[in-house]
Formats: sequence, C-alpha cells, structure tokens
Amino acid sequence: MTAMLSIADLDVRYGAIQAVRGVSLDVAEGEIVAVLGANGAGKTTTLKAAVGLVPTARGEIRFAGKPITGRDTEDIVIAGMTLVPEGRRVFPSLTVTENLRLGAATRKNAAEIEQSRNEVLSLFPILAERGHQAAGTLSGGQQQQLAIARALMSAPKLLLLDEPSLGLAPQVVDDIFDLILRLKARGLTILLVEQDAVAALDIADRAYVMANGRVVMSGDAATLRASDEVAHAYLGAHPDQSLAEPA
Amino acid sequence: MGYFLEQAGNALSLGGIYALLAIGLAVVYSILGLINFAHGALMTLTGYILVFTASAGLPFAVGAPIAVVLVMVSAVLLERIAFRPVRGASGATMLLTSFAVAVLLQLGFQLFISTRPQVVPLPAMLTTTLDLGGFAIGVNRIISVIVAVVVLVALNQFLKRTILGLAMRAAAEDFDVTRLMGIRANRVIATAFAISGLLAAIASVLWIAQRSSVDPMMGLVPVLKAFIATTLGGLGSLQGAVLGGILLGVIEITLAAYLPQAALPYQGAITLGIVILVLVVRPQGLIGPRKEAVK
Repeated sequence: MTAMLSIADLDVRYGAIQAVRGVSLDVAEGEIVAVLGANGAGKTTTLKAAVGLVPTARGEIRFAGKPITGRDTEDIVIAGMTLVPEGRRVFPSLTVTENLRLGAATRKNAAEIEQSRNEVLSLFPILAERGHQAAGTLSGGQQQQLAIARALMSAPKLLLLDEPSLGLAPQVVDDIFDLILRLKARGLTILLVEQDAVAALDIADRAYVMANGRVVMSGDAATLRASDEVAHAYLGAHPDQSLAEPA
Repeated sequence: MGYFLEQAGNALSLGGIYALLAIGLAVVYSILGLINFAHGALMTLTGYILVFTASAGLPFAVGAPIAVVLVMVSAVLLERIAFRPVRGASGATMLLTSFAVAVLLQLGFQLFISTRPQVVPLPAMLTTTLDLGGFAIGVNRIISVIVAVVVLVALNQFLKRTILGLAMRAAAEDFDVTRLMGIRANRVIATAFAISGLLAAIASVLWIAQRSSVDPMMGLVPVLKAFIATTLGGLGSLQGAVLGGILLGVIEITLAAYLPQAALPYQGAITLGIVILVLVVRPQGLIGPRKEAVK
C-alpha cells in the first residue's frame, strides 16, 4: 500500500505554546486511521496543520507523495484532502443545498458535480428532504451528516474527520460510524480524530494515541483495543472499564 | 396627500442611497470585521471622476459608468495596499487604518484638487420635476429609487445564485471553513471590496444627481449615516443594512417634513435619539448579526 498522507516530525506552536511535538504518522490508501487521546493532546492541531489551517513550525507533510508543507489550504483541498472540522461548522444561514454547492466550489464539470450530489444524497437521504432548510436549523446529527456530505462534494481522496461524534446522541453516533465504514468501502481513505476511543477503535484499521502533543503509542486497532495500558493511561477510561469489553 | 407622497418619494430616495452605502460597509464588515470609514472617500472620489469626465467633454451618462468602474478598481487596490497588511489584526487596528486612509485621501483631494466645491454638470433631464397629478417629484429621485431597487435585487441574486456570492455569505459566517471549500480567501475579500466600491460609487452618483457638486468632505456625512444605518439594522447583516438604511431615510425625511419650525434645528438629535431608543431595546440591531466576523 502507498502512503496517502505522511506526516514526519511535525511541530506546531501557538505563540509560546507548543501544541504538537515531533508527531509522525502515516495513512495508507484505503485505511481508516484513528488518532486518539484526551482533550488538548494535540489531535485537532495535527489535522489543522495537515490542511494548512495552522502553520507548521517544523517537519514535513506529504500528500499522495508530494510535499504540501506550508501550502495554502485552498490548494490542499484542490489536491484532494479535506477536513470536516470539529463542531461540524456548517454555514448556518445557508440552506442545505447551498452548503453542498459550496462543497463543490473547486470543481468545474457540472455533470460530475451533479453525479457527486446524487451519490451524496443517496448516502444521506435526510439531506435531500431538507434541501431548502437553513443548515443552522438541522439537528446535531443532521448537521454532522451535512458537514461530511459537504466535504465529499469536493471529491476528496482523503477525508480528515475531527470528532464527528462530539455532542451527538449514542444512536446517532452509531449511524455516523456506520457511515464512515461505508465511505471506506467506497474507497475513501479516512483519518479520524476521536475522543470516543471505543467507537473509533471499532472501525479503525490502525490508531495513534496522543498525549501532551506527542504520539505515545501506535499500532493495530485490535492490539490497542486489547491494551489495558491504553485504556488506563491515555484514553481516560475508568479503572473498572476495560476497552476489551466495550459496554 | 400630495405633500405626503412627495415626502414619501424623498424618503425612499434618501433611504435607498443610505441602504446602498450601508450594504457596502456591511459586506466588508461581515467578512473582515473592518468598519471601513474610507468608504466616504470612495464616494468623494466618484464625484471628482465625474468632474474630470465632464471637463473632458464626456456626457454624464458616459462619465457615470466610468466613475463606477474606476472606483470599484480603487476599492480593490485600497484593500491590497492598505488593508491586507492588517488583515487579522484587532478591530481597533483596522478601524484606525481605515481612518488613516480616509484622512489621507481627503487631504489628497484638498491638496491636488481644491478645498472648494466643484460643480458636477448634470443633464437637464435629471433636474426636471414630474407632475404626477397632485404631486410633483424630481426625476433624479425617481431614478434614485429605481437604481437602488435594481442594484439591491441584482446583489441579492448574486449572493444567492453564484458560487462567489455563496462564498461571500459563507465567509461572513466562517472564514476558515470557507477556505476548506477550496475558495481563495483573497478572492472573497477582493470581491467584498469590489462590491463595496461599486455600491459606494452608485450611491455617490445618485447623491450627486441631487446636489450637482462635490467637495473633499462630501462622503463623510452620508457614510456616517450609513454606519448608523448598519448599526440600527444589525452590524454585519446585509438585510439589516438595507432595512436600517431605508428606515433612517424615512425617519430623517419625516422629521424634516412634519416637525414644527421651532424644532427643526433638533432634527439630527431627534433622529439619533430614535436610533438610540431602538438600540436600547435591541442592542444587536433590528436584524441581529448571526455571528462575530472572523479574520
């Protein structure tokens, strides 16, 4: 398998604060890779650096073999990597249809855009029903679907998902994770940042665990799932709750 | 009744001009968080271009579109030269920058043109009055209302139907995510300034069509009024800017038309008093902004 995304020795600073320290991670084509860790571990910052929304202090980021360190976000999205940001961040006063149209802003071919639209709407039938509704009036789960659908409209090769389960009801979280698996089945490569380690390890092929801006552990999802050390030290699980036996 | 209709025409014509100016301010503010007081200088610049095109022998109908295009270009250049270096800085920094630009341009007009008002020759058609059975209204005011309506409808279509228009609305809500759509930040911001320049120039042409002169301070008062209108409507909201602009025009004309003679000197104070009352009840303006603007 070829590396779709490869981050080497990444440092990111916000003024005096170093949010990410020497992080290296790879995502191979067709994989779901999870990045786990507590709040403030540097997960979101790593994703933002990958798409150029925060500047890289040190290190190299390569996408599909080409260096993209320091490139503009707009160029990275056009190259085929996009981010569904934490908190969904749909454009609230724009309609569902308008949000989706903006997702395809970089594409020119009207027929291909229409095809993507149909695919996306078949994945998320609720969005077809709500086309004329302002995105801000959708429920949290629907907004998360719209945020993912909007990202898919750019026809990405690699999708970065930041905390897609945040603030959603457990049943809705299951739906979202099912959907991520279906996207993988359609050939999309996915880098998933999650605090809900149990759910993320269930669908991921591999995972990295971050703490204090560093990668502290990495490996197969199955191996990490079985590891008590992961559960207790890095994932904020209670001592009586083992990841090996998810509730 | 005739007097009322006449004043209604005046109110809509003034309100339309305020609305155009207010949207110009709001378009830039909603995206950049910048209150552009140099907007007034763009109005003034429009006036001087009209003076020059007239002295070059061009008719008003040719000079006006030339002025509009040149001022649009100037607004985009202003962003490149003055505002891009302070993009993302605090609101106060950007506000001071816009004051500096406004003062520099005004001094430029005073030094290189004249401190005295220059005459803008208007076609005779604009200064005639139509008798509409019982009430009379100036052709300039009718044109002013029509142009304002056409421009507002066109702008609305642009913001709803085109990708760039959607991107402008999106950028006003979430700039970073707009970039994640692959839409270039610089393109969105340049478009915002181009639109604000276009609206300032059109408003200026309509303003001058009712005064036929331009001086270095010409844009100052209308843009202050437009700023009041955007605040009244809801800072950063485009619909609010239109509503605030028209409302301010209506308030001003109503007071001017119906206040007793002795109270007329207080017209401005009463207008601002009404605005303050509205803001006490609705601090976010009539149509509150959706969200704080992003860098």
